[in-house]
Amino acid sequence: MSFAIAISPHGHSQKSTSSVMRLTLLALVPAIGAQLYLFGWGVLLQLALTCVTALIAEAAILRLRGYALLPSLRDSSALLTAALIAVAIPPLLPWWMTVLATVFAIVIAKQLYGGLGQNPFNPAMVGYVMLLVSFPVPMTTWLAPQAVSAQQLTVADTAAVIFKGTTNEGLNSYQLKTLVDGTTMATPLDHMKTETQRGHSVESAIALPHFSAISHDGWRWINLSFLAGGVMLFAFRLIPWQTPFAMLGTLAACSAIAHYLSPAHFVMPEIELLSGATMLGAFFIVTDPVTSSTTSRGRLIFGALVGGLVFLIRHFGGYPDGVAFSVLLCNILVPLIDKYSQSRVYGH
Amino acid sequence: MSILNIISKIRKGKLWDFHGGLHPDEHKRESSEAPLVNAGIPPFLVIPIKQHSGRIGRLLVKVGDHVLTGQQLTASDHPMEVPVHASSSGVITSIELHTVAHPSGLSEPCIHIKPDGLDQWREREPWPDFHRYDAIQLFDRIRQAGIAGLGGAGFPTYAKLSVAREKAEIVIINGAECEPYITADDRLMREHAREILEGVEIIKHILRPTITIIAIEDNKPEAIAAFLLHPLPDDVIVRVIPTKYPSGSARQLIEILTGKQVPARGRSLSMGVVMVNVGTTYAIRQAIVEDEPLIRRVVTLTGSQFKKAGNAWVRLGSSVRWLLTQFSLVPEPRQRVIMGGSMMGFTLPHADVPVVKITNCLLAPSVSELPPRDDEVNCIRCAKCADVCPVKLLPQQLYWYSRAGDHENAEKYNLSDCIECGACAWVCPSNIPLVHYYRQEKAEIEHLREEAAQAERAKLRFEAKKQRLEEERLAREARAPAPARPVVSSDSDPVAAAILRIKAQQNKAGASGDLQAEREARKEQARQHQAEKAAANRDTEPTIANGDDARKAAVAAALARAKARKAELVGNTSDSSMINAEQEPAASADPDAVRKAAVAAAIARAKAKKAQTEQPVAPVVDMEQATEAVDPDAARKAAVAAAIARAKAKKAQAEANSASNTEKQG
Repeated sequence: MSFAIAISPHGHSQKSTSSVMRLTLLALVPAIGAQLYLFGWGVLLQLALTCVTALIAEAAILRLRGYALLPSLRDSSALLTAALIAVAIPPLLPWWMTVLATVFAIVIAKQLYGGLGQNPFNPAMVGYVMLLVSFPVPMTTWLAPQAVSAQQLTVADTAAVIFKGTTNEGLNSYQLKTLVDGTTMATPLDHMKTETQRGHSVESAIALPHFSAISHDGWRWINLSFLAGGVMLFAFRLIPWQTPFAMLGTLAACSAIAHYLSPAHFVMPEIELLSGATMLGAFFIVTDPVTSSTTSRGRLIFGALVGGLVFLIRHFGGYPDGVAFSVLLCNILVPLIDKYSQSRVYGH
Repeated sequence: MSILNIISKIRKGKLWDFHGGLHPDEHKRESSEAPLVNAGIPPFLVIPIKQHSGRIGRLLVKVGDHVLTGQQLTASDHPMEVPVHASSSGVITSIELHTVAHPSGLSEPCIHIKPDGLDQWREREPWPDFHRYDAIQLFDRIRQAGIAGLGGAGFPTYAKLSVAREKAEIVIINGAECEPYITADDRLMREHAREILEGVEIIKHILRPTITIIAIEDNKPEAIAAFLLHPLPDDVIVRVIPTKYPSGSARQLIEILTGKQVPARGRSLSMGVVMVNVGTTYAIRQAIVEDEPLIRRVVTLTGSQFKKAGNAWVRLGSSVRWLLTQFSLVPEPRQRVIMGGSMMGFTLPHADVPVVKITNCLLAPSVSELPPRDDEVNCIRCAKCADVCPVKLLPQQLYWYSRAGDHENAEKYNLSDCIECGACAWVCPSNIPLVHYYRQEKAEIEHLREEAAQAERAKLRFEAKKQRLEEERLAREARAPAPARPVVSSDSDPVAAAILRIKAQQNKAGASGDLQAEREARKEQARQHQAEKAAANRDTEPTIANGDDARKAAVAAALARAKARKAELVGNTSDSSMINAEQEPAASADPDAVRKAAVAAAIARAKAKKAQTEQPVAPVVDMEQATEAVDPDAARKAAVAAAIARAKAKKAQAEANSASNTEKQG
């Protein structure tokens, strides 16, 4: 009787890469729900668009590279990238920009570097930043959170804006977002930046009715929903604590010090932490295992660097938010961080 | 922190922890609840001569011998030689290669015994009052009993204990048994706690440590209770440790119990710690108190494909096939039979393998129980492996380097510290069999190191040979007589001298790296060497010639010239043809002519020597190449010089002939 040969260990935790990806997708559900509630159907349409594009792009490039399609498509990593792009872009972004960003992320940022696990830069952020530097205006044109907006867009209207540029009544996305009170409805960070650059103090900017009532509340909810997803990821033991902790901690610390020194120019840490892509970045972007540091100390350093850079770009850079830029800049440093942050091996 | 400080903390109940680790499904209950049974005497025994790490002892028996139970089969003349014994009485049917328990299914020399079923023991001399014997006597018996670490490594126990004498402060009895499925130590502790404690007393008697710790994971409450039933001396404590794989690994257990790490390439003894497995402790007790050498051990038979799982006393050398039948294995298609636990055990290629000293478990899982590994996919650097690594390595980095064959970096990232526990591969979401790659990489590095060592040895051999040849050459040269050097006189042939001078200048001018000039010089040198020889011949063999001879000599000279030119054209400056050619005409010469020729030759020699000292590398150049590359002009010049020398020699000869004729006439 001859036996089957296998290599040890013969057991396995039964956690697989695809289950990791799917659970991470699951953790995005609260944020998608919040965006759906606040921004309307655009989020779901964009999600569908990115997912379909990502799968097609992944299949095509795998075919070109001569790899089997199924194992890679099954790992759901392309879907995760797609979902992250979908929650990061404005819900009414023209469809071709979404497709462009997704194809760029999957083909250029991920597969051309060797596929899953080989890419030095976070693919979703590469796609996002590609759009941000190429089309800054549509990329920073966010619809006013719908829950507080008078304008209710139907699915058909949303689809029309995304695919044709105007609603069936002929309103474009720019007109839509100015409908509320005639002023530009920027994100809170955009608003703060504009106001402080105009010479207004932070207090007066926050005091403007449309800031707290309309925009900031909405963005706070979105950030809190990402935070909830982050808690889920912790519960699933899918992300390390070090990177989010270091990033949020550094951002909060910088913000607190700056606010203390110059309250007129810097918002309080609470607003800083719950604005823009802070929580998305802290729990879903910097925790991407492929592009962040793998050592415990390295994760702290990586997170802290991202947090510090986010603060700098938000307050001293040209863009209202800086999560994507910060993540990409720190991705470059990962091999260096990894090299110099190894812990002492047993008995050394 | 001094060792006494640590011991006082241990006494207070302090426990430490090691990095990483994991909690795989234990699967212990399947086999731990049935009492130990005796597997009995198998129909045949196959006893591998080497069942430990170390050296092989010499055979004490031969085919056809009748052996008794417990009879020693191999000698133990060295601390690392562990003898093997007959597990039952019977006849040795053969001593030949047989597949042994090894991941690669290697064959090793084994003693085959056909048991007679009587199980007749050799004479035994029990030492129940072991306190009366000193350490040396006890050591000797442990050694003769063939005890090697039963925990897995199979390190000779005698060697371990003898170096630890007077140095061990802490003795750890390892009853952690952290591998899933295995319950052999658990069962042994439950049923033989008293004997194990007696073994502890023997070890204490030998090593005289300050404290002895019996370490047991908290998933074995019955085993813990079994020890606590017995009155424990003050210096023996039972320490319950949290269940976590791989707490039973020596280095990790030492860290749990003492908070100290064993130096990377050091031994625990340097910290005053010695670790002995509970099974080994029991075997020591059996050897001393019962005079029973290591001929049986507890083996766990478990996995859902066994009808009755449990633990059994199995005689070493019993066939796995026989055991599987005894315990009613119902194999599924593509059944896996794992020797060892689910984390570190290896699959057996077939069942015709003997149970040996380190066989602690036979695991026959179903596919649903331990699903085969899925296909490996790309590493996503999640670092789950680094989180569980008990050695704090960075397995994901080691993986890159191992796969890439980057041995240098693999070693830099401390691959050699890997204990191969398999925790990294167990957690890997990408299903990468990490530990498998590390084993391969370790083997590869070991192989390269061996090759490098071989190359180094070959180099030393080569250099020694070169030196010997050089010495021989020097000795030969010292023995050989210096060539006769005719005195240089001023009244040499002015033409020849002038030509030679010019050539010497040319040589000198061309010596500045011009390869052709160099070759020319070498050719000239060779030619001068021939001329010199010819001259010497003329000196030494002044044969008398007559008138006929002169004509003959002229013809011979012409012939020689033709030959020489031919040789020159072919590029074969073979000495012999030239020498012969020159020797013939140089039959006889008058003293004057001889002197002149000798002068020319001497000048040529001097020139040649000069050329030689200027161009010491010249002889390295390939002869064929040299001739091919010779400048036709230089060749022609050389030919002219040679012809002149030859003509002079002929003239001298003719003169000598006529002189002799005149003399005769006169």
